[in-house]
Amino acid sequence: MMHAKQKQSLLQSDGAVSVLVVLLGFFCGTILIALVGKNPLNMYKAILQSLTGYNVDNGKMNVRYIGETLNYSVPFILCGLSMAFANRVGLFNIGGEGQYIMGLTVAQAVALLGPTIPHLHWMIAIIAAVVIGSLWGGIVGLLKAKYEVSEVVSTIMLNYIALYLSRIICLQLPGATTYKTANFPATSLIGNSFFQKITNNSLLNNGIFMMLAAVILYWFIMEKTSLGFGMRATGFNKEAARASGIPVVKSIALSMAISGAFAGLAGGIVALGSFKYGRVLSGMDNYGFDGIAVALVGNSTALGTMLAGLLFGMLKNAQALMQSKQIPKEITFIIQGLIVIFIALRSALKLYREYLDKRALQKEVGVQ
Amino acid sequence: MNMIFGMFPSILMIVAPILITAIGGMICEKSGVVNIALEGLMAIGACTAASAHVLMESAGVPHTLSLFLALVSGSLAGGTFSLIHAVAAINLNADQTISGTGINLLASGVTIFASQILFSADRTREFRMGMQTDFLGIYPTAYIAIAVVILSWFLLYKLPFGMHLRSCGEHPSAAESVGINVKRMRYIAVFSSGILAGLAGGCVVLTQTIQYTSNTINGRGFIALAAVSFGRWRPLGVMGAAFLFGTAQAFAIIANNIPALRVLPTEVFNILPYVVTLVALVLFSGKNYAPRAAGKPYEKGAS
Repeated sequence: MMHAKQKQSLLQSDGAVSVLVVLLGFFCGTILIALVGKNPLNMYKAILQSLTGYNVDNGKMNVRYIGETLNYSVPFILCGLSMAFANRVGLFNIGGEGQYIMGLTVAQAVALLGPTIPHLHWMIAIIAAVVIGSLWGGIVGLLKAKYEVSEVVSTIMLNYIALYLSRIICLQLPGATTYKTANFPATSLIGNSFFQKITNNSLLNNGIFMMLAAVILYWFIMEKTSLGFGMRATGFNKEAARASGIPVVKSIALSMAISGAFAGLAGGIVALGSFKYGRVLSGMDNYGFDGIAVALVGNSTALGTMLAGLLFGMLKNAQALMQSKQIPKEITFIIQGLIVIFIALRSALKLYREYLDKRALQKEVGVQ
Repeated sequence: MNMIFGMFPSILMIVAPILITAIGGMICEKSGVVNIALEGLMAIGACTAASAHVLMESAGVPHTLSLFLALVSGSLAGGTFSLIHAVAAINLNADQTISGTGINLLASGVTIFASQILFSADRTREFRMGMQTDFLGIYPTAYIAIAVVILSWFLLYKLPFGMHLRSCGEHPSAAESVGINVKRMRYIAVFSSGILAGLAGGCVVLTQTIQYTSNTINGRGFIALAAVSFGRWRPLGVMGAAFLFGTAQAFAIIANNIPALRVLPTEVFNILPYVVTLVALVLFSGKNYAPRAAGKPYEKGAS
């Protein structure tokens, strides 16, 4: 009896299951690499280097890798929050990518065309990115609430519309060639010279502070406000929420708008923090899509999403290192995909729990 | 008029894979399982078919046989991967959107990973010759698509098997009570959607390009998914929807040859299919035609 209870409580902890799922994903990835005749150890060497900056092969230390890992995780965490926010309301926001692209595009446009006033310039650009992101998400919420268009389909369409719209806009920006625009004025950048100094010129920038603020804001809205309570209630049971006077339609539209704001912020930060010029996107950056996995691994909580985002940032930073060690970098996508599939299979644990409960009950009844 | 006639073969080339995939998605949803992994399954099929064709071509296999085997292997690969979704959705009551997303992510990794292993590049090697058009300028894929539509209509609406399958998507416990094996029906449906998506992926790669890259499928599976709901879960409706989206996509290619339209950036035409899809979904929203139990796990004895 006791034994079964312990097993149950471990399986009931979402955090423990997430860790298990991630380990399982890495385990399968390791086996796959070994199967194709490569050395899995090289993958872990690359991951260690991207996490700590320590190169096992020559014993050298380069703190730049730590800075890059942190910088990569910023958009992952923000897109994760975007997905998580919608998820809490019972919506599946596959549109993080489009909201991210729109944020990135508008930030680039403001950076090149906005007033070059110190501090004010980048602030306007970031705010514009947040606003367009929330509009792009809000449309989805509106279509869902008013016309019952499935958010899964509409967000996917809006992702592609965002990509091509971004190209149309960016090709009109000053100095645009087929793949980049003119350089941004210095007033629009969000670099941080202190970070650059201590991380050996990594791209780590002020965006990390905005990310931290967003994480705290997410936690506050979700756990501490009645707005968040209404949204979570809608996510648990729409009909019950409606019956208890929570405006469900408003809740859905608003939560998609807030969800989009996080992704838009991610786009703004990447545009102004990681690049000195505007990019004419030829494909998607995939932060938005990966945000889905980040939120799922983090169980849509603030802290969990942050940790999961760090994991994904680390993997992304390790990709180039893997490629240089003859490990196809796509293994990271495979691991991420497997992690999501295992999360879906988590429902099997519920079935297993029910089975344990039934067994325990049968035992009790049998004894008496 | 002449121009529209001239457009017809390229419209068919683009519509065929979307239609084949959408029919698979429709069958799947009719049985009560939503499959948003169509995009990933198409990618798997496309990559497998392209690789198989390249390898057989260089091994000297006759062209037609090589194409045929490439399509078959693409379908089988799609079918195999769809089984992951089947196990998750049918046996383990998993959230179908999550497991579908997982397969999409996995597919984007697996296809390029395989190319890296097989061809040491982030794409498959180019094949020398893809499918050839017939005397009307039409690719065989168009005939395959039409056959798939007719076959699916016949299976779903003219045979007892089809009625059983549809009943699993409308009211699974009622179906179970009259002796229909709901799980088996759903397995068949998910597997056929995987086969069809894989086949369609092969059709894309063998008619529209010369190799598989990470951009080959580029949202076609998602468009097919939209075509299912826009087509109101009926073979003819889905066919109409697929034609609408395909025409919008073909227009992007054709607009290049029309001087009056060349002043607009190509991106305007690239956007078109997605905008058309979205607008269509809004305009024709309202009454919900979806199978009632679609997306809901079925537990025996529950409810």
